Amino acid sequence: MSMSMEMQPLGDAAVRVPFGSVISEEVHEAIRRFCAVLQEKKDPAVIEWVPAYCAVTVFYDPLHWSYEEAAAAMAVWKTEAEDVPLAAPKRWLIPVCYGSGYGPDLSDTAEHCGMTEQEVIDRHTRAEYRIYMLGFIPGFPYLGGMDPAIAVERRRTPRQKVSAGAVGIAGEQTGIYPLQSPGGWQLIGQTPVRLYDRNRQSLVLMQAGDRLRFSRITPSEYESIARRVERGDYEIEWEDVT
Amino acid sequence: MAEMKIRKQGLLTTIQDQGRTGAQQYGIVVGGAMDPWALRLCNVLTGNDPGAAGLEVTMMGPELSFSEPVRIAVGGADLSAAVDGEKIPLWTAVLVPAGSVLSFGEPKFGVRAYIAVAGGVDVPEVMGSRATYIRAKLGGFRGRELRNGDVIPLGTPGRTTGRRRMHHELLPDYHKGRPVRIIPGPDAPGSLSLFMSETYRITNDVDRMGSRLEGPEMDVPEAEGMLSDAVAMGTIQITAGGQPILLMADRQTTGGYPRIATVIHEDLPKVAQMRPGEVIRFSTVPVEVAQQLRRHREKQFRRYVKLAAGGP
Repeated sequence: MSMSMEMQPLGDAAVRVPFGSVISEEVHEAIRRFCAVLQEKKDPAVIEWVPAYCAVTVFYDPLHWSYEEAAAAMAVWKTEAEDVPLAAPKRWLIPVCYGSGYGPDLSDTAEHCGMTEQEVIDRHTRAEYRIYMLGFIPGFPYLGGMDPAIAVERRRTPRQKVSAGAVGIAGEQTGIYPLQSPGGWQLIGQTPVRLYDRNRQSLVLMQAGDRLRFSRITPSEYESIARRVERGDYEIEWEDVT
Repeated sequence: MAEMKIRKQGLLTTIQDQGRTGAQQYGIVVGGAMDPWALRLCNVLTGNDPGAAGLEVTMMGPELSFSEPVRIAVGGADLSAAVDGEKIPLWTAVLVPAGSVLSFGEPKFGVRAYIAVAGGVDVPEVMGSRATYIRAKLGGFRGRELRNGDVIPLGTPGRTTGRRRMHHELLPDYHKGRPVRIIPGPDAPGSLSLFMSETYRITNDVDRMGSRLEGPEMDVPEAEGMLSDAVAMGTIQITAGGQPILLMADRQTTGGYPRIATVIHEDLPKVAQMRPGEVIRFSTVPVEVAQQLRRHREKQFRRYVKLAAGGP
């Protein structure tokens, strides 16, 4: 299984480099260091890489490297990565309008967790989340660090359409939909900002390793930010994590 | 500047190239042609760079016309391409007069045909690619499929090629008798012998993202604890119901189902052209063998491109 700590091929042009078998901050830091090495090497044989919770998959040019050569290079870089200093990540501040028309499942979630809506919101905005990886659809952040007290199972029947910007909970995970798509998450709020914007220079702003916090906004603040986003003069705020 | 007009949209016609690589770590899907070899070959026939953008036509093709005489090449599936009602050969650079109509008819073989146009399709590049990814409204022509009345600008043709025909040795291997070759892992159970001894059928659930297959249920242990991880073109995942999904061009960058194997590059064209209802068998091959096949094909191709650059 993928739990194995040995490198393995993913088809004839990629190698999976494992760093652990469970989600942890240590494994994640090791992955960030390894990605920093890949970034710095700019080796022409390396096409791109995909960091995930426990492994980095490196896509390489098989005309340049055989699988053996790719795996050997990764082993060397993995060792080098152990001493690489990491740049400070960013902490993104995501404004969210919770409940009522913005988060249709907030009341059900509160009921399920045996607390008030306000408590769910407090716990959701209090935590700092770590972006472990991006994937699934453009700009979708896989976040870790949610308060387990507000964990709630997915909806029995997924919605056909979840709008872009919807903020939801599925089990012990929370996330933001960057695009309109079908989805089964319990929706507790909505952000007016765009994690993915096809008209922006950087289609996706965040990267794996960054942090994220949610802040509560009122419906009128939501509408005002949404208008600015529409005009293209709203930028998502961030601060350095020190 | 020459233009191409969509007189009648087909089932699904999109602008594609070799895909958008380099941003998968941000969740940006690679996309691109489902049968990238077919598009590369058609490009070379028309004097384009192999990576130029062309059209991917699905089953029921569109009707197109051009504002100026242009050289085109059609390859991949045989969807009965014709100019002014007269059938044109596949894998051949054909001159289409201004105002003439390129149309498609009966789908005789395969699913996806490619149209390369001398000069390429001139839509803006997004992150290094012109490929259309409909779900995120990215790339191509306004991020969507081509529709009735669309007018698409064409690039400036390079050298003229004459009526060049592709050497048969370079054509993709669509031969159906042989099993599709796969490299096991990374989440393969101890043995894939059951998977390989069985026959699977392509269901109707087929699109640019992938194909759902149907066959004997497969139980992959530890599927429960699987964490989302990278996938590639050709990766076969086993879903919660025990049935395989074969991922193709518009696959997500990461998936949460166990990846039991990935189809080798050499056999992807064949998979890309398989229709719902067709039967598929698999056999494993060592990664070294797959890479030898790939290198051989690429070398052959590069030799040809060099030769082709010499002119008609």
